Amino acid sequence: MTASTVFVPTKGGGPVSTTPVDAVSLEARAAALCTRSIKTTSKRSALHTTIRCIDLTTLEGTDTPGKVASLCQKAVRPDPANPVIPSVAAVCVYPEMVEHAVAAVAGTGVAVASVAGAFPAGMSAPAVRVADIADAVGRGADEIDIVLNRSAFMSGDLGRAHDEIAAAKEACGAAHLKVILETGELGSYDQVRRASMLAMAAGADFIKTSTGKIPKAATHPMVLNMAEAIRDYADQTGVVVGLKGAGGIRTAKQAWHHLVIVGETLGTEWLTPDLFRLGASSLLNDVLMQIQKLDTGRYSGPDYVTVD
Amino acid sequence: MAPTDNPHEPFGIDYAPAPESTAVVNIAKTYGHFINGDFVEPSSGATFPTVNPATETHLANIADGSAEDVDRAVAAARAAFEGPWGQMPGSERGKYLFRIARQLQERSREFAVLETMDGGKPIKESRDLDLPLSAAWFFYYAGWADKLEYAFPNRSVAPHGVAGQIVPWNFPLMMAAWKLAPALAAGNTVVLKPAETTPLTALLLADVLQNIDLPPGVVNIVTGAGATGAAIVDHRGIDKLAFTGSTEVGKAIQRAASARRIPLTLELGGKAAHIVFEDSAIDQAVEGVVTGIYSNQGHVCCAGSRLLVEESIADSFVERLRRRISTLRLGDPLDKNTDVGAINSADQLQRITDMVATGVSEGADLFQPECDLPDKGYWFPPSVFTGVQQSHTVAREEIFGPVLTVQTFRTAEEAVEKANNTPYGLSAGIWTEKGSKILWMTEKLRAGVVWANTYNQFDPASPFGGYKESGFGREGGMHGLAPYLHERADLTGGGA
Repeated sequence: MTASTVFVPTKGGGPVSTTPVDAVSLEARAAALCTRSIKTTSKRSALHTTIRCIDLTTLEGTDTPGKVASLCQKAVRPDPANPVIPSVAAVCVYPEMVEHAVAAVAGTGVAVASVAGAFPAGMSAPAVRVADIADAVGRGADEIDIVLNRSAFMSGDLGRAHDEIAAAKEACGAAHLKVILETGELGSYDQVRRASMLAMAAGADFIKTSTGKIPKAATHPMVLNMAEAIRDYADQTGVVVGLKGAGGIRTAKQAWHHLVIVGETLGTEWLTPDLFRLGASSLLNDVLMQIQKLDTGRYSGPDYVTVD
Repeated sequence: MAPTDNPHEPFGIDYAPAPESTAVVNIAKTYGHFINGDFVEPSSGATFPTVNPATETHLANIADGSAEDVDRAVAAARAAFEGPWGQMPGSERGKYLFRIARQLQERSREFAVLETMDGGKPIKESRDLDLPLSAAWFFYYAGWADKLEYAFPNRSVAPHGVAGQIVPWNFPLMMAAWKLAPALAAGNTVVLKPAETTPLTALLLADVLQNIDLPPGVVNIVTGAGATGAAIVDHRGIDKLAFTGSTEVGKAIQRAASARRIPLTLELGGKAAHIVFEDSAIDQAVEGVVTGIYSNQGHVCCAGSRLLVEESIADSFVERLRRRISTLRLGDPLDKNTDVGAINSADQLQRITDMVATGVSEGADLFQPECDLPDKGYWFPPSVFTGVQQSHTVAREEIFGPVLTVQTFRTAEEAVEKANNTPYGLSAGIWTEKGSKILWMTEKLRAGVVWANTYNQFDPASPFGGYKESGFGREGGMHGLAPYLHERADLTGGGA
């Protein structure tokens, strides 16, 4: 790829350039950050911050209103036995489940995110994708997670990839827009960096690693790469964009290393639900078990947390 | 401020302390020299202290080597060379080297903690760099011990005899490994002198040598300062000298060695240029520059101490660099989250302080991030000089501390000219995504090692060494084996 692709932000402002990424050094830096040793009080605050930043997710063809209600209960009160545990940031569901989720979390401060725009491939007509987004917003979603049009982006049609995101942003109205890059399909860190800049220039409030539907997802170097893109975008435009890692984050240790990466790259002011999310389903229970271990000095087991 | 136990405290990067336990090391009150397989009292009875530079606490008393001690060590080495070691087939020598490597791996935590206590470097570096590389060096050269005739085909090579080796304080164990492994693989015996501020890991290595039943006298370790080193250099029984350290001492050693026509390798100072082009992977280049100068507090002969950055990105690059330096964690070297440890000694701290003062008085702009330095111990904050001219002292002389100078260039030709305009020539770094530019630069740079899109990477198979006042001879690879062998006059065969 060329060293610098230039994007012009939809909202106006000067052109934004993107820089290449050296894979070996990026991975070395991520590995170095993952040797940070998080102990005692830092571990406790990392675990609580992790919970506060979770988008508790269910995106299965078998989802039912009952399952969503159960998930929402868990989102609001992750550990019924321990009232100190905070609620998660949001629940993330398919559009058809949005109303059920909205009803279940009403008045709790937990937001409802919906995937939309022909998730997870995005391979539908632009008008259909926009209508899908508008429908989810109409059902009451606070946040919309869409996918980058990888087909357009990878074939070099950056204009179309950009414009579809800009149209999605418009369809969102007041809802927050998260743009999933599906990093595992983009082939290189260079392309992810470029896609990150494109999505931010097109108006994304958050950039997000993955759908969770393919294996290569929110790895630590990938999150570092996107955090560096966000820092670069903020330097060039003054606009602050959030970061969401999703897909494959299952353990508390993985999660706190993501916090380390974002905290040391973007600053700890990014480590709030306003600017950082972890999309996950099984992660929450591992975090709860780690907190139980801190409280009691002993590991319990999977039967001491609820499986929802 | 230490994090609190309030569960709702947001996660911050002022991590709770995570110190590595020192229970794993057992430091004796006093150490003698390691001669002929045993620890022996120094002939004069004199000792000197070694301290923990992070706390100024006394660690142990170390034997101060006299000419008489060196004489005993050389005699033991000679006897071993003429006795069991010299007679031993290469395949058997190799087994001892493999044993050393495995012991270093098995006891790596103990060695790493001791290295950090005695030298002040962060535990993450002694754990993740010094120890793995030390073991790797022995593993690599163990493999050569029985293959010398393949390393030098159609030539008949033989070891020199007794090698005198003097190693520095910045990578105490690793430098000992770099020197010992090829010397022993080639069939020499050794008299090694560790640096006076960091002798403990070499002395712990003596314990390893005893455990693996290395024949007595094959490796002898004499501790002391400059006078002890001079006694090794001047000893008539030494057949080969190898030194890593300052250019000033290296010159003195060369004078002494040249009078006796014994082979010599020198790995001396450096003032490496780290060159960043505008078409580089900028975020990774920032990391590379930071690693290049601030790892091991800049006590690295190949440190990338001169940043040359393309004019078009200079301001934004320096801004990114400053921001990154502000996140470096300076403090207790035993804490697993420490990035920048203690300066190795009070003397070195004074040298760095004086050099930085000179830089300021000559008109360069100094940036140091806000960081609390511990009350006890020897500390210096990571520092960057901008507005630096080629004639400034800080751009010409080796500081051997966490101090980076920044200069700009317009064209690749100018970058090469500035990079080469130094009496040194040990290493250089290039950051660009353009492969042809890397190749062009590599041809032009007068440096023994050129790293492209990375920095401070070492591998036992790869030769390392300098041009000009950075020394001569190579360590690592077959190139590092050759200086420990000479071509035999007789070609009657027999292999080494």
